[in-house]
Amino acid sequence: MIQVNNLRKSFNGEEILKGLTATFDKGKTNMIIGASGSGKSVFLKNMLGLFVPDSGEIIYDGEALNEMEIERKSELRKDMGMLFQHSALFDSMTVEENVMFPLRMFSKMRRKERLERANEVLDRVNLVNLNKKMPSEISGGQQKRVALARAVVNYPSYLFCDEPNSGLDPKTATVIDNLIQEITHERDITTVIISHDMNSVMEIGETIVFLKDGKLAWKGTNKEIFKTDNQAVTDFVYSSELFKKVRIAQNEGF
Amino acid sequence: MIMLFGVFKRPTKGIVLKELILKEIDDLIIGSLGITAFISLFMGAVVALQTALNLDNPLIPKSLIGFATRQSIILEFAPTFISVIMAGKVGSYITSSIGSMRVTEQIDALEVMGINPLNYLVFPKIIALLFYPFLIAIVMFVGVFGGFLASVYGNLVSMEEFVIGLQDTFIPYHVAYAFIKTMVFGLILATIPSYHGYYMKGGALEVGKASTTSFVWTCVGIIIANYILTQLLLS
Ligand SMILES: Nc1ncnc2c1ncn2[C@@H]1O[C@H](COP(=O)(O)OP(=O)(O)OP(=O)(O)O)[C@@H](O)[C@H]1O
Ligand SMILES: [Mg+2]
Repeated sequence: MIQVNNLRKSFNGEEILKGLTATFDKGKTNMIIGASGSGKSVFLKNMLGLFVPDSGEIIYDGEALNEMEIERKSELRKDMGMLFQHSALFDSMTVEENVMFPLRMFSKMRRKERLERANEVLDRVNLVNLNKKMPSEISGGQQKRVALARAVVNYPSYLFCDEPNSGLDPKTATVIDNLIQEITHERDITTVIISHDMNSVMEIGETIVFLKDGKLAWKGTNKEIFKTDNQAVTDFVYSSELFKKVRIAQNEGF
Repeated sequence: MIMLFGVFKRPTKGIVLKELILKEIDDLIIGSLGITAFISLFMGAVVALQTALNLDNPLIPKSLIGFATRQSIILEFAPTFISVIMAGKVGSYITSSIGSMRVTEQIDALEVMGINPLNYLVFPKIIALLFYPFLIAIVMFVGVFGGFLASVYGNLVSMEEFVIGLQDTFIPYHVAYAFIKTMVFGLILATIPSYHGYYMKGGALEVGKASTTSFVWTCVGIIIANYILTQLLLS
């Protein structure tokens, strides 16, 4: 479980996060939603310690991140997986080497075992026969999936995904969502997912926090989000034509 | 300075580090052999030619050509001039490769995995450039050889006289001085470009700008270090 208390962060005098408090549960797919530019990625990077917050705390299963020694932080990070918004694959390595990288750095596995594990996760993200390609030779959506494979290959206790299915077709997006959820349940991972995609929110939003103007504007579950009267949330959710129609249909009693 | 501190902390797994170092030696040192040897072959030849052309006083022995070639190649040309070339070749490669990893969040990815990116990226380059004196030794040899070829085949001086000039008042300390300079320049070549790449901000456009800035500062570093070291070691 990860707890975030009263987190603040500004850049060049402009406050992006204005006192955020949220909880992310173990063994659940926890989602962060909000409009573009609302500070979701900044929030995540603070949680990972890539940005140092101006104030507030981030607590990993009882241990505060800001009080950790750098060595302890490294240890904790070996137990994290992160899927970056723009994949961040190592472009000097092949797909296969990218996926095996965390194992190579930290596990005692032999090459053959590492390769087996890499192939297993690549298979789960629906990527086969790309092992020897370089990241620049595959599509953006394929890069995303390789990055997800790399994030989960060492079965972390914490998994962070920044827009795991942007740039994917709806079918692959669903496969990826379900995969993240499966792995989360299977391994009891604390998973935090940023998304814009209402489909994902509906499918795997076991807990949801909604950010607006650097603050928590709403929290709940995917069952509750379609029933809430919170204006900011309904504006966000029903900005898509499809969901508008769904809502009208609901109101008309279908 | 703060960067150098970070480079040696939380080291990467040994076997991985070894591989990275070998790769950097290949990229930075072996990969520069061709161009630096080519340049110094011709520069050696030009030094010999110019000395010969300015040597119209019959009282001065022809062997001076060999002497002048040796002195200028070993003292200045190989360590300093080639290092400035390397600031362009290796320096901007280092800045742009680390810089593009910064802008595409690959450095963040390393960090999130619990790896010390400074150690992973910069340390192997520093170690690889400890082999820089080997490159310069080859460059010196090739440069003198270039002077030899130009003199002997250009009929400026006989082979014997050139060799006499080469051996004339040979001071081993000069070679030591040259290699001390080379070590320092190697360190500058590894660190200043890494710094400019690692701490850059922005996007692809800024990577290009950072490479240019890094080239300028690396040259400035080399030239100033050259002056200080010469002052300290030779005067
Ligand atoms: N390194 C930075 N330096 C300065 N400002 C930043 C930095 N990173 C983000 N910001 C600012 O913080 C704000 C929020 O950015 P963030 O990337 O968190 O948005 P987001 O919610 O992830 O949006 P999107 O859904 O488009 O990814 C933006 O206005 C951005 O300009
Ligand atoms: Mg974002």
